[in-house]
Amino acid sequence: MLGIIASIIDGVLVGLVYGLAAMGLTLIWGVMDVINLTHGTMIVAGMFALYGLASVLGVPPYLALPPVLIGGFLVGVLLYWVAVHRMVGRPPLMSLLSTFAVNLVLIGVGTGIWGTALFNVAVSLPGVSIGRYTFPGAHILAAVLAAVIAGLLYLFLHRTRLGKAVRAVANNREAAELVGIPTTRVLAVTVGCGVALAGVSGMLIGTLFPFTVLSGDGFQLKSFVVTVLGGFGNPVGALLGGVALGLLEGAVTPFVPVSWTLVIEFVLFVLVLIAFPGGIFASRRGAL
Amino acid sequence: MLRLMRRPFFWIIALVIAVFALAPAIGDDVELRERLALATVYITLASNLNLMLGYAGYVNFGSIVFFGLGGYICVWLVNAHNVPLAASLLAAGIGVSALALLFGLGILRLRGAFFALSTIGINEAVQAFVQNFEPWGGSAGIYISPAVFQPLGGAARALWLIYFMLVAVMGLSLYLSYAIKTSKFGLGLLAIGQNEDAAAVLGVPTPLYKALVYSTSAFLPAITGGLYFFKSAFIQPSDAFDLSLSTEAIVIAMLGGQGTVTGVALGAYLYEELRGYLLTSETFSHFQLVVSGVLLLVIVLFFPGGLMGFIYSRFPRTQKVLE
Repeated sequence: MLGIIASIIDGVLVGLVYGLAAMGLTLIWGVMDVINLTHGTMIVAGMFALYGLASVLGVPPYLALPPVLIGGFLVGVLLYWVAVHRMVGRPPLMSLLSTFAVNLVLIGVGTGIWGTALFNVAVSLPGVSIGRYTFPGAHILAAVLAAVIAGLLYLFLHRTRLGKAVRAVANNREAAELVGIPTTRVLAVTVGCGVALAGVSGMLIGTLFPFTVLSGDGFQLKSFVVTVLGGFGNPVGALLGGVALGLLEGAVTPFVPVSWTLVIEFVLFVLVLIAFPGGIFASRRGAL
Repeated sequence: MLRLMRRPFFWIIALVIAVFALAPAIGDDVELRERLALATVYITLASNLNLMLGYAGYVNFGSIVFFGLGGYICVWLVNAHNVPLAASLLAAGIGVSALALLFGLGILRLRGAFFALSTIGINEAVQAFVQNFEPWGGSAGIYISPAVFQPLGGAARALWLIYFMLVAVMGLSLYLSYAIKTSKFGLGLLAIGQNEDAAAVLGVPTPLYKALVYSTSAFLPAITGGLYFFKSAFIQPSDAFDLSLSTEAIVIAMLGGQGTVTGVALGAYLYEELRGYLLTSETFSHFQLVVSGVLLLVIVLFFPGGLMGFIYSRFPRTQKVLE
C-alpha cells in the first residue's frame, strides 16, 4: 500500500513536468488555433541540448536551463516564420500539414546524425527519504522548477504588457489589431514561448529518463492528453492536467506493463474528448 | 457502372492498369516488376487516403494501421491455419474494414484536428497491442514457411501472381475513388470537406458518412498489406506499422493534388521514381525523410493544389476529362 502511495507521489512530481510541456502546446493552440506537431521533437531538442551542454561541455545540468530557454525561443520564432505565418487563418488541415512537414525534416536530420541510440544524462542529487522510500532529488527539483516556470508564465501573461497583448490576440485577433497591437509580432512571440516551454520541459525530462531521437512521439501524445484534460488554450489547466496524468501513471504503473501506458493514455484521450469536448477543467472560451 | 463507362476517364484508368500489368510481363522483367509493385502499393495507399484527406478534408496520419493489420491477419491465417490466400485476403479486408467502422464511430465524433490527433494514437495503440499479442509472435513477428507457396505453383510463379493481384487492387482503388467522387456519397463528402456545419444543416448525415468513408478507405489497403507481407514472407510490428509509409501517402496525395484521382496516381508514380533516385544517391540515402518533409512543406506553403491544381489552371479544359 505504501508502495502505491510513493508511486503516486512520484507520479505527481513527474506530472508537473508533463504539465509544463503541455503548456507550450496549449499556448500556441489557444492563441492561434494552430496545433504544433513539432512539439514532441522540440521536447527532444531540449533533451539533446541538455546532453550537449552537460555531458559534452561539462556544464552543470541545471545551468543548461537559461540557454535552452533562450535557444528554444529563437527556434520558435524561426518556426513561426517558416511554417506557421502563412497558415494562420487558413483551414486547420494546412497548419497541421506544415508543422508535420517541419517535424519530418527535424526527425530526419536527428536520426541522420544521432541514429536511434539511447542517451542518458547522469544527475546526482541527494534524494528525500520517507520511511523505506526515497524520492530522487532530480524528480523533486524538476517538479519545483516546472512549477516556478509555470508561475512565471502566468505572471507574464497577466502582469506584463506583452503578455496582455498575447491574451488579447487569443481573444479576438481583429479587435486586437484594431486597437494597435502588432498581431504578427505577438504571434511570433507566442510560438517562441511555446517552443521554449517545450524545450525546457524536455531538458527537465532529460534529467529524469534516458531518451532517443524518437522519444518525442510519446511525450507529444502525453501533452495532448494533458491539454485535453486541462482544457484547450488554458495554461493553468495544463498544469492541473499534468498532475492528473502523473497521478494516473503513478497509480497504474505498479499493475500494468510499461508498454501499455501509452495505450491507456490514448484511450483516456478519446474518452475525455467525447465526454467533455472542451476539456475537464475548461473554463470559458478564451480564458488564457 | 454503365454510367461511368460512358466517360473517357473510365478508359484512361483501364489503360493505366493494362500498362502496369503488361509492361513487366512482356519482357519477363523482374526488376521492373518490383519497382512497379512498390508503385502499386503507393497508389493504393494514397488514393484510399485521398478519400479521407481530399474528399472529406480529414487528415489521417495513421492510415498505415490498415495496411499493417491487413498484413498481419492475412499472414497469420495463411501461415497458422492454412487458409487459402484469396480467402485470407478477403478476411483481412473485411476484418479491418469492420474494425475501422468500429473505431470510426468512436473517433469520428471528434472534429478536424482532434480526429487527426487520434489517428496517430490509434496507430500507437494497435502497435502496442500487436507487440504484446503472443499468437502474432509479439515483437519478433511471423515468418512464412516456403511451403505455403506450393499451392500457387512455386515461389517464382507466386510472385507474378501476387504482382497481378497488386495491380488489380490498385485498379480497384482508382475506380473506387472515381465512383465515389461521382456519386451522391462523394458529393456529401466534398460538402463535409468544405464546411461540415453547413453540410449537416443541409441534410448530409455527417457522422455516418465520415464513419463509412473511414471504413471504406480501410478495405483495399488491408488487402494490399496482406499481399505485400505475403510476398516478403515476413511481418513484424515495426515494419507493419511504420509511420513513414503513412507519411509518404500524405506527401503523395498532396503532391498530386488532394481530391483528384489522376493526381494521386501521378504523384505516387513520381514519388516512387524520386525515392528510387534518392535511395541510390550517396548524399541523400540517409535523408529521405528530410526530402519528403521539405517537399511537403513547399507544396503546403506554395502549391496547395498540387500537380493537378497546376495542370487545371494551365489547361482548364483538362478538368472535363481528368477527375
